[in-house]
Amino acid sequence: MTFDWMKIPYALLTLFIVFNFGLLLTAFIAKIGARAGRRHGIPIWQNYIDLIKNYGQRSSITHGVMFYLGPVFRLTGGVGLLLFVPTIYGSEMFSNLSFAGDLILALYFVFFGTLGMALGAGESGHPHAAIGITRGLAQVTAAELPLALAVFAVALQYQTLSVTEIVAAQQGGMMNWTMFTNPLAVAAAMLAFLGSMMRPPFDVVLAPQEIPIGPPTEYHSAYLALMQTNRAIFPIAKIVIYMNLFFGGATSWPEFAVKVFLIYLFSAFVGVCFPRFRVEQSIRWFLIWAVPLGVLSILWV
Amino acid sequence: MKEELLKRVVKGPDGVEFEVEPLRDYYCEAPPAVHPPVYAKIVEDLFNWARSQSIWILGFGTGCGAIEMRPLMTPRFDAYRYGIQWRPTPRQANLLVISGYLSVKTLKRAIRAYEQMQNPKYVVGLGSCTINGGMYWDSYNTIKRLDDYLPVDLYITGCMPRPEALLAGFEDLKKLIRAGKAEGANQYAENFDWYKTNQKRVIHDWDMPDYNW
Ligand code: SF4
Repeated sequence: MTFDWMKIPYALLTLFIVFNFGLLLTAFIAKIGARAGRRHGIPIWQNYIDLIKNYGQRSSITHGVMFYLGPVFRLTGGVGLLLFVPTIYGSEMFSNLSFAGDLILALYFVFFGTLGMALGAGESGHPHAAIGITRGLAQVTAAELPLALAVFAVALQYQTLSVTEIVAAQQGGMMNWTMFTNPLAVAAAMLAFLGSMMRPPFDVVLAPQEIPIGPPTEYHSAYLALMQTNRAIFPIAKIVIYMNLFFGGATSWPEFAVKVFLIYLFSAFVGVCFPRFRVEQSIRWFLIWAVPLGVLSILWV
Repeated sequence: MKEELLKRVVKGPDGVEFEVEPLRDYYCEAPPAVHPPVYAKIVEDLFNWARSQSIWILGFGTGCGAIEMRPLMTPRFDAYRYGIQWRPTPRQANLLVISGYLSVKTLKRAIRAYEQMQNPKYVVGLGSCTINGGMYWDSYNTIKRLDDYLPVDLYITGCMPRPEALLAGFEDLKKLIRAGKAEGANQYAENFDWYKTNQKRVIHDWDMPDYNW
């Protein structure tokens, strides 16, 4: 197998675009949420400023090696997820380092960051962080079940584990999208999506008003800035997977932007409409509503 | 010294015995260090600008004034427009607003919260109680001059200052930060002994270590 070295700068370019897009999009979604509450909300460039400020903090303290590695793992999860799935279908430049079995790898990366975070926050020794981690892992695991089921359904349907091939099978008109060929899987996956985006009603883990404020309680300065970087990249990377698996992928950056925005908007929309679940409520909710859908979707194919 | 802070041997749920010494295990042992601005002027200016545009307030209210901070989060005043946000943990916060009178008991918590914040950090005193004791000037249980205990960057006067006054005050604080004059954290580190003496003078049941971060 020959490796095309040109892929690396291209992948970095993707990363750069997605990073900026993510920063702007999260602020934009926050603004939409604020407008729903009749506020103006943060300026659209606020995320950039917060990032600069946190990198510019003069002092920081550490609680040990894992405390360092937590945010690093998390960022690796986000970046890895992005790099191993094709961002723009059919574009030599932006299909990144995708390869035949990348679907499994992507599923793994979705979870990888959370685990790294668990180790790091655990080391910080703060009781709130420990509680936050327990609740977060419980909820993410529950949300991951329907997603995994839906992904298997899709893989079975197209008889492949390569994201690129799945996207290829969906080309040629909207009716070829998984959304229409296997609506059950998409429904299950979108419910799981709600759970993993850390927005209401499933944001009890990270919400500032709850046990303050979950896993990142002890993180500050540059550690926090690393995690913010990841918070810009990771949701977009995850949405890219959803877009590729269920909504026909994207063949150009404008199409990418519109689709990612709409998928993100879905979680924001649900977020402003519904109050927050407690963890045990949300786990029950996932098991009752989302998992059976996932099972059905597998039976369907 | 409270009993739970003493050194003792604890038996874990699995039967293993181990020694805990809360004051050593849970706290830091070094005094705060001075962190002067080290980068080139242009970089520091950029950072100062960013700091001024992204002020994270520790959500910690002490006196009557805390009630005046809440409207800032709501549609009426919406401080988020100005890059002001609330953080629930001192580690991530940059600004400690002492919102009104500070009882000696709360002072202890305020000190601990302040010391856990990362340099650079700012303190705003809200209301006349933080300046000279205000209407609690003869109370036996509140401090009179906040500046003796924590380095205050800015006072917002009034009893009670309205949310508009707070917003104006935050704008003034931004000017201070941009001008590089808000170096309270370094001032605290330089005059650490003086501050500690003052704090210990009023806090009689001092049951925490001197360094809390
Ligand atoms: S200044 Fe007035 S309103 Fe503020 S804490 Fe003191 S008494 Fe209360």
